[in-house]
Amino acid sequence: MSFASFNFPLFSIILALVCSAVSSVLRRKAARILSLCLCLTVAVLSFTLCSVCVRMGGRMDFLMGHYPHPWGNELRFGPLEPFFAGMFSLIMLLSILGGEQQLLRDLPMQRQNYYYVMTDLILVSILALCYSNDLFTGYVFIEICTISSCGILMIREIDRTTLASVRYMIFSLIGSGLFLLGLILLYGITGHLLMPNLLDSVRSVWASGGYRLPLLSSAALITIGLGVKSGLFPFHYWMPDTYGAATASSSAILSGLVSKGYIFFLIKIVHRVFGVEMFYASGIANILFVLGLAGMVVGSVYAMREENIFRMIAFSSAAQIGYIYMGIGISPQLGITACMFHMLAHAVTKPMLFLSAAQLQSCTGKRTVKELRGSARKHPLAGAVFIVGSLSMIGFPATMGFVCKYYFAVAAFAASAGRMIPALIILALSTCLNAVYFGRSIISVLTPGTDADLRRVRVRDNVPFAVSGIMLSALNLLWGLNPKFLYNLIDLGRELL
Amino acid sequence: MMERIWDERIQIVAVILFTIGFCTLLVHKNLLKKIIGLNIMDTASYLLLTSMGYVEGRLAPIIRGGNTDPSAYVNPLPAGLVLTGIVVSVSVTALLLALTIRLYRHYHSLDLDKIYELAAKEDQNER
Repeated sequence: MSFASFNFPLFSIILALVCSAVSSVLRRKAARILSLCLCLTVAVLSFTLCSVCVRMGGRMDFLMGHYPHPWGNELRFGPLEPFFAGMFSLIMLLSILGGEQQLLRDLPMQRQNYYYVMTDLILVSILALCYSNDLFTGYVFIEICTISSCGILMIREIDRTTLASVRYMIFSLIGSGLFLLGLILLYGITGHLLMPNLLDSVRSVWASGGYRLPLLSSAALITIGLGVKSGLFPFHYWMPDTYGAATASSSAILSGLVSKGYIFFLIKIVHRVFGVEMFYASGIANILFVLGLAGMVVGSVYAMREENIFRMIAFSSAAQIGYIYMGIGISPQLGITACMFHMLAHAVTKPMLFLSAAQLQSCTGKRTVKELRGSARKHPLAGAVFIVGSLSMIGFPATMGFVCKYYFAVAAFAASAGRMIPALIILALSTCLNAVYFGRSIISVLTPGTDADLRRVRVRDNVPFAVSGIMLSALNLLWGLNPKFLYNLIDLGRELL
Repeated sequence: MMERIWDERIQIVAVILFTIGFCTLLVHKNLLKKIIGLNIMDTASYLLLTSMGYVEGRLAPIIRGGNTDPSAYVNPLPAGLVLTGIVVSVSVTALLLALTIRLYRHYHSLDLDKIYELAAKEDQNER
């Protein structure tokens, strides 16, 4: 069983590629079922592989094309990569499931199957970013991810989405351009593209003291490139347009998964290409720390000023991405573990918010926070999911958001005073700001409205959303109440990265 | 000093081209010029990569006269990377052009600032 399971990563990637090609000729319903089955299969395979890797307590190199490094291409996995791959596909499954009503409404009927072509391609690229041990393969899949993300955005044919897609593409392409230039510089210095060889060369070059400037520029370009693509402050301006204009499932997938895929790849690069010692000695981590802190405050301030609920949630995403980069900046051990925990928490929580806000919007027809007054009474389930998600964003105890903030604080206490004090102050400030705007929206959806029409939306009116909302809330509360297992798994995986 | 600049002329040109393309993509208002900037930026990266793949005095990587010594030939990998990169930038350019056509049909302008203005006006009218 364990031997067979080592083929699962490649098998999942190929399976997703085949499904996306097949979906282009299927009808809407068949393509949807195929996509959902694909996500479920990939999740099951990934979690199986994860449990095998945990029992084995090590990591595995999977040769592609029989050539060992430095010539061949490889996949590498320890416990962490399959776990994240499984979580990503599970969340994709729930996001597609929960947004069905909006997909039917927003997308042109004859082209709905193309939506699933795109989501399958996004799954392919996220899986490849999780498993690949080759930098250039990573670049190619980053571009595939960009194009397919733009696809799920622009498939809703209103003018705002076209404009948002253009903005998204421009920022994404700037990010990939910087990443490519950094990659080429690194290739010029070391002559390798496979991560283990790169790590050896970078270590010896760094120790010899030569090529300092090219090496530093390369590390900075790669980090900033991926930062731009994942929405790091001050490159977050594409987020509100993008998440505000897209259909609910697309917003959930883009904010919950796509940006996390890039960050996961960045963390892999930090560990396997530059090496933790060089990355933290070079000062790039400090830049990430400062930008992360700035993002946490600025994102929240913009979110407070925003009336449109989708744009508000999008700005809150900018703040949450700030948390993640702050975690990378704090310290290589506790900080990165906390940051990965937060990646999962955000990936679970953001889809809840987008999907439930879309439900609340469709039962009232309004999209500003004020006008959504009383909507939770009309649609109790969506209201409950929205409230659980908002509480998690604020960091209310018993949710994943609270646990993240706790781990960030633990990491900050273990760091030097120069990092501890700003990190703790901004953490507290950002929590207060989160509480202000999410608290305002919770109060707004719970206050009885003036609307005389009090017809309630029942659970059986929209079963797919109910399944997805309840599952996501359950995951959030489960890991909020019992985070030890998840934390230990991430910590073990990080050491084996 | 001059000699060093001459030795690294291709790298210098590539970085200058990259900066031109990058700035055009980032700050130019006209959508078509943004796309041209994107292409200049990508091409600069390929120039840098191609220049690394060429080592003076070595042969193209095809075995000739039974000489199997790897140090006689250049590494074929950079050329492969450039080809992959070209495919990526062609597809991205096509997608951006398609988006531009869609925007132009609706707003009758290629100026991004103007388009934002028009879009904001439309939003206000909806309210």
